[in-house]
Amino acid sequence: MSDLEAFRGETRAWLEENCPPTMRTPMTSEDETVWGGRREKYTNPEAKLWLDRMGGKGWTAPNWPKEYGGGGLSKEEAKVLGQELGRIGARPALASFGLWMLGPVLLEYATEEQKQRFLPQIVRGEIRWCQGYSEPGAGSDLAGLQTRAVLDGDEWVINGQKVWTSFADMADCIFCLVRTDTSTKHEGISFLLIDMDQSGVTTKPIKLISGSSPFCETFLDDAKTPKDNLIGRENGGWEIAKKLLMHERTNISSGGFGGGGRMTPIEAVAKEYLGEVDGRIGDAVLRDKIVAHKMRERAFGLTVKRSQAEAKAGEVSPASSIIKYIAAEMNKSRLEMLFEVMGLQTLGWEGDYFSDFGLGTTRGMLRSKANSIEGGTSEINLNVVAKRVLGLRDHQ
Amino acid sequence: MGMILNEEQTLLQDSAREFFKEKAPVTALRALRDEKDATGYSKNLWKSMVDMGWPGIIVPEAYGGLDFGFQGLTIVLEQSGQGLTASPLVSTVLLGASTLVLGGSEAQKETLLPQIVSGDLTMTLAIDEGAHFNPAGIALEATAAGAGFVLTGQKTLVLDGHVADKIIVAARTSGSAGDRGGITLFVVDGNAVGVSREKLAMLDSRNAALVTLSNVKVDADAVVGEIDGGFCILGQVLDRAAIGLAAEMLGSMSEVFDFTLEYLKERTQFGQLIGSFQSLQHRAAIMFSELEMARSVVMEAASAVDEGSAQVSQLASLAKSIVNETANLVTREGVQMHGGIGMTDEHDMGLYIKRSRVAERTFGSAAYHHDRYASLNGY
Repeated sequence: MSDLEAFRGETRAWLEENCPPTMRTPMTSEDETVWGGRREKYTNPEAKLWLDRMGGKGWTAPNWPKEYGGGGLSKEEAKVLGQELGRIGARPALASFGLWMLGPVLLEYATEEQKQRFLPQIVRGEIRWCQGYSEPGAGSDLAGLQTRAVLDGDEWVINGQKVWTSFADMADCIFCLVRTDTSTKHEGISFLLIDMDQSGVTTKPIKLISGSSPFCETFLDDAKTPKDNLIGRENGGWEIAKKLLMHERTNISSGGFGGGGRMTPIEAVAKEYLGEVDGRIGDAVLRDKIVAHKMRERAFGLTVKRSQAEAKAGEVSPASSIIKYIAAEMNKSRLEMLFEVMGLQTLGWEGDYFSDFGLGTTRGMLRSKANSIEGGTSEINLNVVAKRVLGLRDHQ
Repeated sequence: MGMILNEEQTLLQDSAREFFKEKAPVTALRALRDEKDATGYSKNLWKSMVDMGWPGIIVPEAYGGLDFGFQGLTIVLEQSGQGLTASPLVSTVLLGASTLVLGGSEAQKETLLPQIVSGDLTMTLAIDEGAHFNPAGIALEATAAGAGFVLTGQKTLVLDGHVADKIIVAARTSGSAGDRGGITLFVVDGNAVGVSREKLAMLDSRNAALVTLSNVKVDADAVVGEIDGGFCILGQVLDRAAIGLAAEMLGSMSEVFDFTLEYLKERTQFGQLIGSFQSLQHRAAIMFSELEMARSVVMEAASAVDEGSAQVSQLASLAKSIVNETANLVTREGVQMHGGIGMTDEHDMGLYIKRSRVAERTFGSAAYHHDRYASLNGY
């Protein structure tokens, strides 16, 4: 038996013993997602148990080194773990911006002391992080950000406003882009970690068209953070910011940011709502739209697969540059289609007359509109492809 | 294999690219068109392709072939698409050799495959009878007569049909048009008594013929596969045909994209390179995205054939449909982005859009493959 097969056996046995029964059932709503942190309520005690066990083993961050609390697994082992988790239908033990976005850049840019201080907490889900990037005046033009940080003795003092901070009202800490030099644009930005449990930080949820409030405005009024919470060098934050955005885009592309009805097989829904003729979707026009979409989804999946294979082979992968753009546009069109197929059921806002699935689809459709805005708009993505990949220039 | 070419495949790709660039640039097709060449392809060029071993690329070694795999053939086809090369590669190899390899009797393989490999035999497959691709709708009649059959009817869009040495004719031996059962494949000599062939002057200046059969007599050993059971072989051949043609189209549209992008970087208006205008930048980036997706489906489909995957039919429809739509987009946008010059016959853009429209319709349009993909998946 190969080492990998031995690992599979051990993993299977461990999961069999340690994954609680309710953690092997599909989530019925996004509310059941475990984000961890000081304020996590764990309505299901087994969710807490599952996180403690997985976090304790470092398997919430299977690829991270053991010395920082990670699983220390090789790529192949991590893949096996993923397969084994999938086999028993295990829920993710932890959803976390710390795991998806902050951790990877800390591994690359933080000092040894910072890694020791921040990474294990992320792995165990003890601290919930949020992202302080966009500002009212700095969206697509992120480097135009104005939130100011000034060093005062051993502390940074921060003043300004962040917006679109996902779940800031539930988070413990924020990783923040701040201006530390006003005389230049990109080279005057630093990357700071700030604890939000202080009077200088307040948050206010923003109600969205979907009715939910996953985003906040975050106000920093003489907020303070220790000098050594600066990651990388002073005025060296832009490089880290871009790297983190790459992790964020990868995450959005892989569906990490919701959107509703993710796994719903649209063709089955179509048969239910449009009827069947000879075992086929009853409406020929919508059937063609659905099949065209299904084919594009498959083509996209194969493109992701090819891009990963190219990266693994050490080749430059031009396909990787288009993944976020296509994933966003495709998710939007998928939800528009589901919305259309379900007819009257998706025209409600609330109430018993409408099914939960119908209401969820409606809100998911509205929520998905953000897919091509958050983490870089589709237009910014196309700019990047045009300039970096195709070599088209700006006006001279 | 699969999404990444291996070393041998990369070498093949490099040599094919060089070959077509040097020996068959797009000017070669233009010359065939302007001279109204009766054959419609260069026999010298085909001889050089034979010397490269390409007719034997999917033929097993036992019959003198290279047994390099189907993905190898798609690599050569893609490179042949860059300069719109006219050659019997599709008719003789993708259609003819595939049919024999998949369904031929031992005797047929032993006799015909080595001749294909040596360049002594060209072949094609006759399917279409009506305005649209519809293989189950075959009606050309074959009736048993003595030990053999008599074939009567008409086939259209027969690739290289006016010059191919042998034509595999899909005919109806029982049932009626629309039935999958009752179709039989026959190898018919191109010069047999009762066969008349007319080269059609096609939009893309490539070869297709109208083939009329009037009481053409064939022996029993002309049957490929089972009597009445030809659709099973035909289906597999047409899957490969769709994937192979999609590969050729991928080569052509990549070329259109490349020279269109170059034009965006050269052409100046309002004192600016037109490629600096965001409306064109975004459309170029969208084309690039679509091309990347098209490349993924072609590679997956081609490697699925070599792996003997059960997904080949689905992937063939996926590849042809996605490539059809992308080729249509890229050629449309190519003309538009070139402005007036793209409307002139002097510019190559016109040759590419014409070829694309013919190829989009050959072996099934996007609409055909949407419907087929839906059926295969039970939508």
